Amino acid sequence: MLGSFAVLRKQSLLGDAISHAALPGIAIAFLIIGVKDSNLFLLGALISGLIGTFWIRGITKNTHLKSDTALGLTLSLFFGFGMLLLTFIQKQPNASQAGLDTYLFGQAATLLIEDVWLIAIVAGISLLILLVFWKEFKILLFDEDYTKTLGFNTNFIDILITTFIVITIVLGLQTVGVILMSAMLLAPAAAARQWTNSLGVMVVLAAIFGAFSGVVGTGISTVVGNLSTGPVIVLVAASIVFISFIFSPKRGLLFREIRFRKNRNNIKMQKTLAFMYGIAKTHENISHPHTIKILNDFQGFSKRSLQELVDFNYVKINGQQWSMTQEGYEKAANLYDQQIKDTHE
Amino acid sequence: MEQKYAVTVDDLTVAYNYKPVLWDIDLMIPESVLMCIVGPNGAGKSTLIKAILGIIKPIAGTVSIFGKPYEKQRSLVAYVPQKGSVDWDFPTTALDVVMMGTYGSLGWIKRPGQKEKKASLEALEKVGMLPFKNRQISQLSGGQQQRIFLARALVQNAAIYFMDEPFQGVDATTEKAIINILKELRKAGKTVIVVHHDLQTVPEYFDWVTFLNVKKIATGPVKDIFNDDNLTKTYGINYKVSVQE
Ligand SMILES: Nc1ncnc2c1ncn2[C@@H]1O[C@H](COP(=O)(O)OP(=O)(O)OP(=O)(O)O)[C@@H](O)[C@H]1O
Ligand SMILES: [Mg+2]
Repeated sequence: MLGSFAVLRKQSLLGDAISHAALPGIAIAFLIIGVKDSNLFLLGALISGLIGTFWIRGITKNTHLKSDTALGLTLSLFFGFGMLLLTFIQKQPNASQAGLDTYLFGQAATLLIEDVWLIAIVAGISLLILLVFWKEFKILLFDEDYTKTLGFNTNFIDILITTFIVITIVLGLQTVGVILMSAMLLAPAAAARQWTNSLGVMVVLAAIFGAFSGVVGTGISTVVGNLSTGPVIVLVAASIVFISFIFSPKRGLLFREIRFRKNRNNIKMQKTLAFMYGIAKTHENISHPHTIKILNDFQGFSKRSLQELVDFNYVKINGQQWSMTQEGYEKAANLYDQQIKDTHE
Repeated sequence: MEQKYAVTVDDLTVAYNYKPVLWDIDLMIPESVLMCIVGPNGAGKSTLIKAILGIIKPIAGTVSIFGKPYEKQRSLVAYVPQKGSVDWDFPTTALDVVMMGTYGSLGWIKRPGQKEKKASLEALEKVGMLPFKNRQISQLSGGQQQRIFLARALVQNAAIYFMDEPFQGVDATTEKAIINILKELRKAGKTVIVVHHDLQTVPEYFDWVTFLNVKKIATGPVKDIFNDDNLTKTYGINYKVSVQE
């Protein structure tokens, strides 16, 4: 759901950076308290995730580094540090019970009922915030400079969005893990974008796709057994993206190709008609028959478009001769006007 | 008699890196003029507008609107950004973009209602884009997108309009239509400030002009100061004069 915003901000790497940045937080939380307590882990993850994010913001605002560079830098720095701590922890005697490595790839099976509740509550709160600040989110995403001139505090809106993305990611860590989290954030949103041109629908669809991947992914991994849940969920989400890119009626590759072909045939047919019109016009009787051979000189001509013209009853064929019908004549005469109108509709 | 100024800029200096892009700009724009800002690419025209509107923080200088600090007068000012500054693939419709013009007066959280919708439809009508109201913005031509931006500013019902190259990539008919709207605005007592590139049309379209190239070269009525001397100073061979401290 919140992934929609990340996708529209073209900050797709952000998810990656945040989830990687969360890792040292978990490790440090463990080092400090010394026992496994997933709530405190989450808190640690949240804090270091936020630090990482605002660090990125700081870098992009105050230096000339591109945001990609800043993201990449922060990502590897935090992740490296996190891995270092993790290795250190693994050497400790009480490491086995920590189960910290589940945070790398995630393990939905380790979720407790309280965790699920927490996720549900936070999801509810983000939904609420999203509804309340809908208008502000939308305008900021579309045109930040303009938003400023209207007197909105764009920093505040930005921080609000970012904070919720961070919280969402941190909660998702337990399920799908650090490495795959950003895929989980972005995949549903990217898929949803294919199906709709409305921001509202996009967000709802993304939420549905996300939930669907979660449920189906967990289902598959339980049934098949021995598969870790996280990667399966991400695979399901990825298939949705794949399907969306090919089959979506508006932006999908398949329908675009079909539409394009249809359109091209249509134009071919119209051009042929226009060409015939040019010939027919020279005779007093518009339905005066002409030989089909003349059409061969015309580039856009094909047997198929001729057949289509006959089907539309614009043209009649008699042996090797064709003649224009009244209907076809009028159609051709209006063709140009019609086209001008179409492109300006 | 003391003249009333719509916009007063004092000692404005802006830098992105080390080199100042705008140097010590003083500018007084009288109320109810249709003014263009001219200058070569990179002269700082867009930057000037952005600095006036607080989008960019200047290094020094103040801006006041009708004698009061800009921050207190935001609702009197509307902005038409350069068209290329946003992502037109954003999932929304023409009407929706125009409605954004009402967000400022709505303030936080409140949603636009019937009144805002009606005003937006009227603005769309004015720029001749009503038939496209439900069109996806990605499926509009460049000139149509430009008109949507204009409509969004019209909805703000401001006293001062800043427009960054509103004629960029529009055809002759649209250009005439837009300039007529701007002239109407001025007739209604509004102040309109436009970044403009086509020097040929300056005398026909505008009554006030500012020459800008890092420094302000000149500002005043078109009939008095729009001459070769100022044009050479602004566009001449040695227009890249380095800024002296
Ligand atoms: N975000 C930025 N960061 C760094 N330098 C910038 C930035 N934006 C503009 N500049 C520089 O500031 C100078 C003025 O830019 P500005 O966009 O104001 O020029 P302009 O007069 O609007 O030009 P144009 O006619 O091409 O629109 C240019 O030299 C430009 O390279
Ligand atoms: Mg510019």
